[in-house]
Amino acid sequence: MEMNEKSTSRREFLTAGLLAGGLAVVAGCSSKKSPFDPEAGDQVAASGEKVKLLSVDGEIIEVDKAFLKPVPDLPQVSNEAARIGIPGKKFAMVIDLSRCKSLKKCQTACNHMHHIHPGQNWIKVYPMQDAEHTSPYWQPTTCMHCDEPPCVKVCPVDATFKRQDGIVLIDSDRCIGCRFCMAACPYSTRVFNWEEPGLTKEIADKPYSCETSVPQKKGTVGKCDFCPDMVRKGSLPHCVSACPNGVFFFGDMLEDSVTNGSETFRFSDLIKDKAGYRLMEDLGTKPSVYYLPPVNRNFPFEKHDEEDSTENKSTSKS
Amino acid sequence: MENLEKEQIVQDLLPQEFGKQGKIWVACLVTLCLIGFAAYCHQLSKGLVVTAMRDYASWGIYISNFVFFVAISLVGSLITAVLRLTDVHWSTPLTRIAEIIAVSAITFASIIIVVDMGRPDRFYNLFLHGRLQSPIVWDVIVITTYFFISLLLLYFPLLPDLKIMLKYKERTSKWMYKLYTFLGSFWKDKPEQFSLSNKAINILSITIIPVAFSIHTVTSWLFATTYRPGWDSTNFGAYFISGAFLVGSGGVLVAMYVFRSHYKLQKYITYDHFDKMGKVVVMLALLYLYFNVNEFLVPAFKMKKPEEEHLKGLFTGEFAPIFWFAITTSMLLPILILIYKKGRRPFPAFIAGILVVIGSWFKRYIIVTPTLLHPFLPMRDVPANYHHYFPTWEEWAICIGSLAGALLVITFFARIFPIIPIHETITETEEHEHDKK
Ligand code: SF4
Ligand code: SF4
Repeated sequence: MEMNEKSTSRREFLTAGLLAGGLAVVAGCSSKKSPFDPEAGDQVAASGEKVKLLSVDGEIIEVDKAFLKPVPDLPQVSNEAARIGIPGKKFAMVIDLSRCKSLKKCQTACNHMHHIHPGQNWIKVYPMQDAEHTSPYWQPTTCMHCDEPPCVKVCPVDATFKRQDGIVLIDSDRCIGCRFCMAACPYSTRVFNWEEPGLTKEIADKPYSCETSVPQKKGTVGKCDFCPDMVRKGSLPHCVSACPNGVFFFGDMLEDSVTNGSETFRFSDLIKDKAGYRLMEDLGTKPSVYYLPPVNRNFPFEKHDEEDSTENKSTSKS
Repeated sequence: MENLEKEQIVQDLLPQEFGKQGKIWVACLVTLCLIGFAAYCHQLSKGLVVTAMRDYASWGIYISNFVFFVAISLVGSLITAVLRLTDVHWSTPLTRIAEIIAVSAITFASIIIVVDMGRPDRFYNLFLHGRLQSPIVWDVIVITTYFFISLLLLYFPLLPDLKIMLKYKERTSKWMYKLYTFLGSFWKDKPEQFSLSNKAINILSITIIPVAFSIHTVTSWLFATTYRPGWDSTNFGAYFISGAFLVGSGGVLVAMYVFRSHYKLQKYITYDHFDKMGKVVVMLALLYLYFNVNEFLVPAFKMKKPEEEHLKGLFTGEFAPIFWFAITTSMLLPILILIYKKGRRPFPAFIAGILVVIGSWFKRYIIVTPTLLHPFLPMRDVPANYHHYFPTWEEWAICIGSLAGALLVITFFARIFPIIPIHETITETEEHEHDKK
């Protein structure tokens, strides 16, 4: 929660910074028209109240408050830029299994933010037991954002692609719906839009962005995208900030740090000290998601059996 | 004397109009096609949700049907090319049957793969953005190549026959006459033309063999290039090809019987043909059986953890009835029937052929779906109906419609063109006579 607030204020600050930058440029051009003119007709009168802003060149400037117009969001990056990725980054996730009690807040947040078809999930939380006498535990899975992604190898049209920052994304405007990638992914992480994903008109009419994976489209695949849109804004993926137990850590391997919002660790130390591992290492897919073994657990393993019944209720209409 | 015989052959082999039976047959096939088409329109408007495929069973009977079509189409290359190059003459009357099976099967393989796509409207992306590293793109390339080579292999041997048919104007309707003229009026039976055409057929017969091997090997790679238990096998290419030759030869047995009894071709498709084709089928069934033993016994011996659930599902679990049904009908029973001389008479051979074809269709189902329902991680966080797969009526209708469509193409072909090569039959009889003298 705290993290969320922090990120919003950071975003506002950035927005204001951008505006100020624009102002400086336009002022230099000595245009008569104020760039902050709303539509012609309703002129904004200066309020006299000034705010201090940081310009793009690092100078502190003052702007009249009435000229500040909040921009709802940073503009989405183009799909070409989304294919390249964020330069100089290599994203990774660490999932601490000792903290998970299958609250599924991550799943709810993810489903909500990506407008996933009801009944389907990008994040799945598995009850796992490695052998007969070993202890059971909960294992949340996202897309592993493999460094040798089998799904990318088999895609005939380059609709699924790997970016330089390690993230594997899908271009739903290009996907032909052959589902070869679903057969190829050993982690069963991909879901298919068998029917119209049931979006509101407002969402459905948005242009598709590979970085938000919204809106999902009929006849194409979807999967966890590591929320690059959030990352671009300097925020954490939705699952990371939604988990009250701090199970998910996200970060940049080149910076060698991962955070769950409240705690930050050196990635290499964390993996070394807690004996981190990756799923199905033997397949050679080289996942970007690491797991910390379920030792010294915060919670006992309790299997809530009501799960299956809720699942049945949410059976998609067919 | 000789002339009379020639005349007789031509009269026997010229395409005949549909009788009552033929008309009913065509009507049935057209109805099935239309039902399939209606089901497809329904699927187009609603999306693939009308199928029983879901996130785990993400491929279903469309893909098994596709594999089946590709498999059966391989027979064209076996009968025309392999037997031709090895100088086997008994198969001459069967070449055209095999080749039209190949062409129509490969056509419907392409159609069914489009049916399986979530976004058929974006098919052009394969050409705009196609990437050579994907086995799907390899499949597109080799299937197109195979289609055109097969078409040419059907066409060239047809040329002398077209000339014969043009002579019998009274036996053809107007549009067919036009079609023959369009296709074959340049053919004058000149020796140069024959030598050119023979050369072309020889070259095509040689090229079609690697292409045929490729189409089915690449199709097997759609599965074998993934990690999944049951597909992750180095044996897959050979396993698929041997199975393909088997189902194709089974199909030829069936077609031989039907054409023979319907068009009264007893003189041309003889007991001897059934005997020899029967032996071929036995040999191929044994070969396929050998690959099946490899494919299942070796993993079952080790019972690696991820394979275990899948194999148990096949041997004794959910899929056991279909699995054993497929093994028995596509291999064991046909071997038992055809291994005896009595079993290679036309009717029992026909039954064996039908068993092979039906068993093989279900064998393809067993290859595709059970594997998908046994993923590495357990099935989780999905609606309950995602855990199983049983095809919906739309899927059945479309698959049956596509099978009917393939039969329809073969039927119409036999209506328009002689299904037994006239010219080659005449030459061979003449040679035969000559030998006797
Ligand atoms: S986990 Fe699956 S979908 Fe994600 S990158 Fe790896 S293979 Fe692709
Ligand atoms: S379903 Fe879409 S993303 Fe997956 S392999 Fe096919 S075209 Fe690529």
